[in-house]
Amino acid sequence: MAFRGVVSDDLGSFRRAVERTGELALFTATFFRRFWRPPYEGRELINQMDEVGTKSFVLTAVTGFAIGIVLSMQTRGTLMRFGAEAILPSALALSVVKEIGPVLTSLVLAGRLGAGMGAEIGSMRVTEQIDALEVAALKPYDYLVVTRVLACVIIFPILTIWTDALAMLGGYLESLLSSGTDYRVFFDTAISSLRFHDIIIDTMKTSIFGFIVAMVSCWLGYTVRGGTREVGQATMQAVVVSSLLIFLADVILVRISITFL
Amino acid sequence: MTELSPLSTPASSAGAPPPPEIIIELRDIHKSFGNNEVLKGVTFSVRKGTNAVILGGSGSGKSVLLKHIVQLLKPDRGEVWVRGKRVDLLEGDELDALRLSIGYLFQSGALFDSMTVYENMDFILRRHTSLTPEERRARIEETLDWVNLRAKAPNYPAELSGGQKKRIGLARAIILEPEILLYDEPTTGLDPISVRLVSDLIVRLRDERGITGVAITHDLLCADIITDEAFFLYQGRFIDQGTLDELRRSEHPLLREFFVGATGSPDRKAGERWQ
Repeated sequence: MAFRGVVSDDLGSFRRAVERTGELALFTATFFRRFWRPPYEGRELINQMDEVGTKSFVLTAVTGFAIGIVLSMQTRGTLMRFGAEAILPSALALSVVKEIGPVLTSLVLAGRLGAGMGAEIGSMRVTEQIDALEVAALKPYDYLVVTRVLACVIIFPILTIWTDALAMLGGYLESLLSSGTDYRVFFDTAISSLRFHDIIIDTMKTSIFGFIVAMVSCWLGYTVRGGTREVGQATMQAVVVSSLLIFLADVILVRISITFL
Repeated sequence: MTELSPLSTPASSAGAPPPPEIIIELRDIHKSFGNNEVLKGVTFSVRKGTNAVILGGSGSGKSVLLKHIVQLLKPDRGEVWVRGKRVDLLEGDELDALRLSIGYLFQSGALFDSMTVYENMDFILRRHTSLTPEERRARIEETLDWVNLRAKAPNYPAELSGGQKKRIGLARAIILEPEILLYDEPTTGLDPISVRLVSDLIVRLRDERGITGVAITHDLLCADIITDEAFFLYQGRFIDQGTLDELRRSEHPLLREFFVGATGSPDRKAGERWQ
């Protein structure tokens, strides 16, 4: 009996997971049906870009700067053992631009924005504000979801470039203090190791990460039922699910870029 | 307990629109959430220019019923007619147009909390009218004067009392001059003075602007002030209808218990029946 109970619980959870995945797929499909149609929420899109972008500049700057310093310190030790300290700027540039910058920026933003969007939209749902938008024919999906998703798609790559730049600056300052590296040598070596195609592809993939963070967080907030406890759960899930999906998407995108580009 | 049967018959046959004097008609509405059947065949009509009040205990399905009128919910079975249109079948622009003729006062007020009171109202006007900023300002101030809260225009909803939120919610609901207003527990949680203030506004909307109202409430003071016709919902079915006095005088045991519960002590098993 106990075994049957466990199996039935597992089947129930599995069915629920499949249902929720289907709901997310439909919610995402709605975005593609709606984002190019009026009403265009230009004013709200700018508000959201401000919310997503301007207010994340300090957070991403600190993250990038700290990562640049730490990476430089860690990598120098390893490279010195092989007498290859000269390639430190190249190693730093490649690891920051190709992987660490995009993923770390997206994860930091998933924490800040995922929680914010999940909580804000979830609170609007339980306090009937989304219903109020609906009955006033104000198209809440367009107003709340489309604007946030587009803002993240646009702003994530910009913040990634910003984080990358701050990480390289942090790396350079560490090199300057440790070995007195000249800034021209450092940045010439770093930039010459990068291909234009690396910068574009690896930065632009954060648009997809931004899409994932905004879509998942908005969906969890939009579909929340109950009260403040459920809003709290949705907020936490928004961060966890967004972060996991960023890793998953990164693996897939890197595989695709290696295979086809 | 007596077997409950659907009450009231629709003004027209299935599939045909109701006569013009019937502005809202719900026919044999069934609605379930999972295994929980909330509405079990509800039928009722509201005449133009009157206030209909749906009474009933908590969890009887009142809010679910009200949401069907603006298609916040769709019935599993049955027909919803508003202003001669099948609301449950409407989509897109047609649904939007119908919704614009209906105002909705939510239980919590549902004011957009990231906007000031003024912005809450201006947001709707900007989207749905071609008024100039000056004209919009004049309309907003006139509407806020009507609920006697013009001074609160620059405030955020968090800075308002419960009664003020309801009155601002009411002002927002009428900013587009709707024909119909739906009131979801318009006075729940308010002190008696605020209950009277809000209830008087609902009566004035009917008398001065000819707005048809459908209110759901279990507040008898409010119901006393606003009701033209009352319907009593119990476990997803209407069990009686009439004027409030007729319902008060009803011999139906559940109605007697409901009105006794409002003024005296119900018996020990009442808690189970009114869950």
